[in-house]
Amino acid sequence: MTTTTSTRRSGFGRVLIVVYGLLALAATGRSFYQIASEFDVAPLAYSLSALAAVIYIVATIALVRQGDTWYRVAWFTIGFELVGVLVVGTLSIFDPELFTSKTVWSFFGRGYGFVPLVLPIVGMVWLYLKRPRD
Amino acid sequence: MIEWFTWAQVAVAVLAGLLAVVLGLAGKKPNDLTMGATALVGVLLIAQLVVAILAPLFANTATGSVLEFYTYLVTAVLIPPFAIFYGLVDRTRWSTVVLGVACLAVAIMLYRMNQIWFVQVA
Repeated sequence: MTTTTSTRRSGFGRVLIVVYGLLALAATGRSFYQIASEFDVAPLAYSLSALAAVIYIVATIALVRQGDTWYRVAWFTIGFELVGVLVVGTLSIFDPELFTSKTVWSFFGRGYGFVPLVLPIVGMVWLYLKRPRD
Repeated sequence: MIEWFTWAQVAVAVLAGLLAVVLGLAGKKPNDLTMGATALVGVLLIAQLVVAILAPLFANTATGSVLEFYTYLVTAVLIPPFAIFYGLVDRTRWSTVVLGVACLAVAIMLYRMNQIWFVQVA
């Protein structure tokens, strides 16, 4: 498969992109609501929600676009998500005071069926399989 | 919100979602059945929007945040049309899976909307 048809958008990649898009939508919706209604309650958690939303949006775009630069952007954003869900997930268990309000990443994404934990791993495997070859 | 209507809607969305995911993984392209089921999920969401707008007039008001409720509902209304559009453009079995994932996402969002309207934990 050296032709141009071998991209990150092929086959299963489309489903991955759609799931990323949905998570981006979910994170954006939640962060919009949190910031619009009660930002003062938990500025840290809500800023994090907004950051997560941006990361998911960029990751979705990076998966759709072609080329080496977008490939690196996809790795960076998906890697960031994995670090984010692991760090925030761990912190929210050991220091619940820090994250009294929900974010997509608290408790390893339990509020979202652990999709935020599983998705970066699936994404990384996919990116590895679809790595640019020269 | 009308509780039985919402639960019926969740059931339809879950069935439509599972159907499309299974048929998609089995290699079916988007067909009248899976597209129609997704369209039904979309139409029911618009009905839900009408119900939500009219309900307060009949003293049926949300116990939780109205803003949060509508954030979910408006987002959910957008999902089926996008999935159907995608299914028309990209005629592969993966589009059928996408239809299913979209319906399942709507089901989860409806469940959350139901909680916001009726159930307050804090």
